Amino acid sequence: MSEDKKTQKDMMEEQMKQFYSFVESMKKSMGLPMVPDMKTGQALWVDQREVTLKFIISIDKIKEFFNALADGKLLGTKCKECGEVFFPPQKDCPKCIDSEVEWIELSKEGTLLTFTQINVKPYSFAHYDDYIVGIARLPEGVNVTAWIREKDPSKLKIGMKLKLEIVKREPENYYTYEWVPIE
Amino acid sequence: MGENVAIVGVGHTKFGVRNDVNMPELAWEAIKQALLDAGLEQKDIEYVVVSNAGGWSSEPLPAVVIAEYSGLAPKGTVRVEAACASGSAAVKLAHDIVASGHVDIAMAVGIEKMNESPTPTVVEFIGRAGNYFWEFHNFGLTFPGYYALYATAYMSKYGATEEDLCKVAVKSHYYGARNPKAQFQKEITVEKCMASRYIAWPLKLFDCSPITDGATAVIVANEKVAKQLTDTPVWIAGIGHATGTSNLSKRTTFTSLEAGTLAAELAYKKAGIDMDDPTKVIDVAEVHDCFTIAEILAYEDLRFAKRGEGVKLVREEQTYIGGKIPVNLSGGLKAKGHPIGATGEGMIAELTNQLKNRVEKDRQAPIKNGYALAHNIGGTGHYAYITILSLSKPRG
Ligand SMILES: [Zn+2]
Repeated sequence: MSEDKKTQKDMMEEQMKQFYSFVESMKKSMGLPMVPDMKTGQALWVDQREVTLKFIISIDKIKEFFNALADGKLLGTKCKECGEVFFPPQKDCPKCIDSEVEWIELSKEGTLLTFTQINVKPYSFAHYDDYIVGIARLPEGVNVTAWIREKDPSKLKIGMKLKLEIVKREPENYYTYEWVPIE
Repeated sequence: MGENVAIVGVGHTKFGVRNDVNMPELAWEAIKQALLDAGLEQKDIEYVVVSNAGGWSSEPLPAVVIAEYSGLAPKGTVRVEAACASGSAAVKLAHDIVASGHVDIAMAVGIEKMNESPTPTVVEFIGRAGNYFWEFHNFGLTFPGYYALYATAYMSKYGATEEDLCKVAVKSHYYGARNPKAQFQKEITVEKCMASRYIAWPLKLFDCSPITDGATAVIVANEKVAKQLTDTPVWIAGIGHATGTSNLSKRTTFTSLEAGTLAAELAYKKAGIDMDDPTKVIDVAEVHDCFTIAEILAYEDLRFAKRGEGVKLVREEQTYIGGKIPVNLSGGLKAKGHPIGATGEGMIAELTNQLKNRVEKDRQAPIKNGYALAHNIGGTGHYAYITILSLSKPRG
């Protein structure tokens, strides 16, 4: 990402900043957070309360998965009774109800099933360049959704081979996994 | 099976950016229409099911806010969520409460006020409608992105093109232009659609349904009440429902929605419709075209076309009035708009009006057999509800 290029997040934030400074000026003159709709003039009240959503998620039953990522491995789970392999990993087999589910290391190669490029991004992803998301099938018969290291979707083809790399996601700086096309 | 249940009143607000009203005011517009249509008063409604996805709107307990404002309290109410299929889920529950004999009359109200939040927040919330932790949190899929995964797979397998997808949008806008309640009332061309920017490759702006505010209402009653209220009750002949995996990675195919296919089979069975060619019986359908590709998948999941041939219906314009089966004469989600929680009742209200021959003339389907079908998908095939309506009484 070049320094001078504005991300979608920069643009979203600039727009919101402009809007809220307009709200502040209206508040100063009227004593109320009341603004006219830009298109219709209809009266709008701008919320004076704000909340941030940031969840804290329990991963204790599957923490091995995340610990293994840090060691460069991709783990799934397998039911000892029926043999079903799970990805994303889960420690309960709904088929067998009361069986034991063990950890297994998964192959880091796959066949591309489908893909897209996200051009209009959600706010919490708007600081990235357009990214390609794909779903690929592992030899173990489970599929893995991840970003594909490629900028141009027309260079990808359903059925092509990919390898999975454990990477650090930046700028957040945490381990995740990514598909890489095999030349 | 329970008692026969009929639709006795419907309401449908103008869809679009509705900054002229707040949530309960918007809901009231639809509730008022439905009450007047049925010839009922609030005291007659014994239970209210409110469908609303929410998150982007300010009221976390919309059912209660709406019940108070509309004079429906102190009757019982509940809010249901089945993502974009919430509305059909609400109608199903209202139906079940009546069919069970628990009450005589119930109402389903759909409401969504998406414009209470800025667009980036709305995109964020819809993108999370799948599996948050494994698919959104790390990979930032959006709602168009999820359907784009299906588009890429379908186009690759069956040779459909971006132009083909645009032809679906052209039809939606053609009928939207004839529906005064639609968000978009202007026709478009394939060229205009093709020139629009990518939202989630290969889907472009004109492949996508908009962010919409809207409210809808459907009143259902048992046979005894329905016959007192109207000479032309529209019966609920069958409802099919199914659930798909939350992780898209767990889907077994990307060229059809498994939940939609399964729900269709169930609905046809319940309504006694021949699955080999339902288009022989169904006069008109509303299908879940949140994206153009979704309409093509719906044709196939509903058995209007064989696998891989949904795109042929588009190329041959077989889903306009006069074709094999007219679909989305309201403009669909694409042009009429897609206020998530209100979409399902909106489809059912539209089809009730179609069956009663009371929509605008240039978008009225010819009613021959008296059957209509609403295909309502929540998320990306996460939820599927299919409701079949009929002018003839189902049983007894
Ligand atoms: Zn098992």
